[in-house]
Amino acid sequence: MLTAVAIAVDGLGFAAWLFLSSVGLTLIYGVMRILNIAHGGFYALGAYSSAWAIGLYTQTGSTIALTYLIIPLAALAVGVIAGLLIERGILRFMYGRDEVLMVLVTYAIFLILEDVTKLIWGTGSMVAYQPAYFLGTIEIFGIPYTIYKLCLVGLAIVVGAVLWWGLNRTRIGKLLLVVIEDREISRALGINVTLFFTVTFVIGVTLGALGGAVTAPQISVVPGIGAEIIVMAFAVIVIGGMGSIGGAIIGAIFVGFARALSVHLYPPAELFSIYLVMAVVLAFKPYGLFSLAEGRKI
Amino acid sequence: MFLLLVGMLFAMFISSTEKSRKKLFIIFSMKTTYSEEELIMQNNTQVLSKRTSIWLAILAVSSVAATFSTQAVADDKEVKLGIVTFLSGGAAGPFGIPARNAAELMVESINAGTVPAPYSAKGLAGAMVTPIYVDEASKQKVADYKKLVQKDSVDAIVGYISSGSCKAIAPVAEEEKKLTVLFDCGTPQIFEDIVTEPKYVFRTAAHATMDNVAAAKYVLDTHPDAKSIAGINQNYAWGQDSWRDFSASMAVLKTDVTTTTEQFPKIYAGQYGSEISALLTKKSDIVHSSFWGGDMEALVIQGGGRSLFKRSQVVLTAGETAIEGLGAQMPDGTIIGARGPNGPLAPDNALNDWFQKAYSDRYGSSPTYPSYHMAQAILGVKAAMDKAGSTDQEAVIAALKGSTFESPSGTVSMALSDGHQAIQETAYGTYKFDKETGKSTLVNIKRYAANCVNPPEGTKSIDWIKSGFKGADCK
Repeated sequence: MLTAVAIAVDGLGFAAWLFLSSVGLTLIYGVMRILNIAHGGFYALGAYSSAWAIGLYTQTGSTIALTYLIIPLAALAVGVIAGLLIERGILRFMYGRDEVLMVLVTYAIFLILEDVTKLIWGTGSMVAYQPAYFLGTIEIFGIPYTIYKLCLVGLAIVVGAVLWWGLNRTRIGKLLLVVIEDREISRALGINVTLFFTVTFVIGVTLGALGGAVTAPQISVVPGIGAEIIVMAFAVIVIGGMGSIGGAIIGAIFVGFARALSVHLYPPAELFSIYLVMAVVLAFKPYGLFSLAEGRKI
Repeated sequence: MFLLLVGMLFAMFISSTEKSRKKLFIIFSMKTTYSEEELIMQNNTQVLSKRTSIWLAILAVSSVAATFSTQAVADDKEVKLGIVTFLSGGAAGPFGIPARNAAELMVESINAGTVPAPYSAKGLAGAMVTPIYVDEASKQKVADYKKLVQKDSVDAIVGYISSGSCKAIAPVAEEEKKLTVLFDCGTPQIFEDIVTEPKYVFRTAAHATMDNVAAAKYVLDTHPDAKSIAGINQNYAWGQDSWRDFSASMAVLKTDVTTTTEQFPKIYAGQYGSEISALLTKKSDIVHSSFWGGDMEALVIQGGGRSLFKRSQVVLTAGETAIEGLGAQMPDGTIIGARGPNGPLAPDNALNDWFQKAYSDRYGSSPTYPSYHMAQAILGVKAAMDKAGSTDQEAVIAALKGSTFESPSGTVSMALSDGHQAIQETAYGTYKFDKETGKSTLVNIKRYAANCVNPPEGTKSIDWIKSGFKGADCK
């Protein structure tokens, strides 16, 4: 019973983190058809800026509660600055090119961002544990969990809900769905596709940075964290179907629970479990569980 | 001098004919294309006077000759060291940069002759050291290594932090026939499985068996009633070997100890929520981890927040690198190792006093064990070259093989693997954070003799542990 509860809580916690870290990647792919490898770089930028800002703030000795405001602000700052710079400065010149070329371009941006984080924050580790400790712990069947971690589950649900509502219940969201469906027709209908691209990219980058920013208090922020997340996020969105928000939720739950199950029941399979899920899903659904239907164009 | 003389004679010769003086004019005028008018001018009126051209030619050729001759003299007194550590990636901050810093400090101090006795003589066997730094975080480690040997013509290579790197490089070093001193990587596999008859590869730090046998001894010295153990180690050679040696040692030293769970998360995973839950549900007396760098700091933050360190006695075999940075975040009572008697576990000697002060003054932080391991490796090379009296590779290898030398962490004996693998005493301590001074300290330090925690020559680590530490001398 204890193990079953632990699997459920851990699986959910890990799934929430995976969703927060990968939803930006799937959003950008869905709208722009860009497999944004630089997503890992934005995650790292978010983590660094959040840890740095928390560190600066806590040195003042003020209440820790305000750090929960600093975290999303740090992510927003990264999203707006880095997102606009990269979309306006680089990506807009590449639109319409082959998807493979975009992978190379974003990979190059990822490498540059890796060095940018080192140039700004150095190679040492940054620890900003205060927000994770401030809320304390709660015992579930005798096992302590940090409330911060459980709050991330809530945040993931909120982010998922807001994205769903924004896409399906607002005018802009519906227009965006039209852009996702067919760019050429959207243009013909008078939709400013370029503006949608810019806005989507900035939102995607902000979500990637938010993933890093909320993770920073639980980890040691070190060079290279961006490379780790991109592999995991890619696995999640491939399982769910690239470009699908709902797919990212299901993918994150699949991977999160697969990992929790293996850690508790058969630890040697932990490393393999994520790829096993991916292999099984792709064997039956080669384009992922919720892949977008592609109309054949002549 | 001979080259200089030849150069001057050559200069006299070429300046004696008008044709060659014209060529010289063209060379010195630095032009490659000329108009017809210019060429006529050169032929008829603008040819350099004979005396000027002689002097110019002497100046030019003799300066070239002088450059060659100076280099020839310098070559006799220069020794090139390839130094490979992580300069980027996740291992750079905790390991690579402290090791690179130590290398810089040691190279400059050796060249200046400011290292205390017995290393006060300038240079390596009198030759000044020129370091070439290479990033270990490379996708083409073997190609980088070969470049150091074949293109940069280094005299020796000191490097490699990751056990994975060492496993890849050791066989290549034997093929390339280049003296290679592994300074930090820990897996015992290097000389037990990968290169069983080494000639060119040495390792001047003890391997991970020492860390984990000593950890088991320290655990039972301080917690004799421990009944269950669990492990969380990274899923590669270092983590797997560390857990193998620790769990096997515990099983031998206390036969009623049971293993509750063995966790092997991916290196750089960073998120250990599920693993910590698994460790908490199993309620082990002892939790062993050889985590390092950001992974270890993440484990401490996440485990500390969830009472893992209160409910179990946690042993961090590589914990020393993080204590200064984590400060109060590292829970009091955690058992800390430093992969040898390094950092706060280092013995009291003049070399250590000098090293600690020189490093802290220069970099503003205390040296951690990767810094100690780097200093140890460079001093091992210096001891061997000074003893050989030259930088000749064969002589240096003969001098280093089976040698004993001093380092900031005490005496190092190249006692295993036919004199290629070091052993030394080691120590463990318990963490205590002093809130008043804000300083991290280790208390209840226990030392273990080299022959007590290292296998004897010719015996594989795991066989030695399973034999009940046959031949160990723990007096």
